[in-house]
Amino acid sequence: MKIGVVTFPGSLDDVDARRAVTVAGAEAVALWHGDHDLQGVDAVVLPGGFSYGDYLRCGAISRFAPVMAEVIEAARRGMPVLGICNGFQILCESHLLPGALIRNDHRKFVCRDQLLRIENNRTAWTSEYDEGAEVTIVLKNGEGGYVADEATLDLLEGEGRVVARYLGDNPNGSQRGIAGISNDRGNVVGLMPHPEHAIEDLCGPGTDGLPFFTSAIKTLANA
Amino acid sequence: MARVVVDVMLKPEILDPQGKAVQGALPRLGFEGISDVRQGKRFELEVDGEVTEERLIEIHKIAETLLSNPVIEDFEVHVENVAGPGAGA
Repeated sequence: MKIGVVTFPGSLDDVDARRAVTVAGAEAVALWHGDHDLQGVDAVVLPGGFSYGDYLRCGAISRFAPVMAEVIEAARRGMPVLGICNGFQILCESHLLPGALIRNDHRKFVCRDQLLRIENNRTAWTSEYDEGAEVTIVLKNGEGGYVADEATLDLLEGEGRVVARYLGDNPNGSQRGIAGISNDRGNVVGLMPHPEHAIEDLCGPGTDGLPFFTSAIKTLANA
Repeated sequence: MARVVVDVMLKPEILDPQGKAVQGALPRLGFEGISDVRQGKRFELEVDGEVTEERLIEIHKIAETLLSNPVIEDFEVHVENVAGPGAGA
């Protein structure tokens, strides 16, 4: 089982994401933004960071990186793709997920252990959670406010595509407290919090993030 | 040579925290009576040759594909005449 993690210029959490993949029990494959090559991986993670310095808009330039042509095509065929933070922004800019992420309403960078509720455990990346599970995962972003028009928000809610929602105070002004969403097939998930920073007791707030990665492995094993 | 300007603004219904920060700074500097500030982006594209209809259509495509995100932003395109040497204002 091979899960690729793309490194863009300015990616920060690619190494942690590869480590999370390894700890979860899969082989982590480093993918390079400039290659038209997914190296035969079974799933892809777009990691957090500030790809291309967040120039223009977060994710706007990465969306046109060579490797994204293959990622977008594979995602449309059903390959599991997880975008974390900057990766979520890239998925929205790629139109693989609806909506967009804008600057936090309070204008400050947020960095905290965040309580979330997993609201959809039928996606490729959340099947190992109990539905409604309350988990604590690191959240760190400057532009994490999820926005979409009312019709899109209603559609996401109606189809159960809100994958995770913030509990307690809304940390970044996201509409309806949305922390993560999926596409209609459930293979593409975008998530603002960072599960790859919550996979071991030694560092971070515990291991609540690990099931994102074990879920993908199980999904692939059952496919 | 001609210059084509693309102005990109957040849609009116999208919160603009940067604009709010600028607006909040004005009274502190003693400027009163500004009820709202919205911050946008201006792109100046230097076009080789003449700005033809086809060129403008292409620039609209550039604006909606890369320069703006239509989910949250609107854009406007206009052609600017670049004054040559000695030309008046």
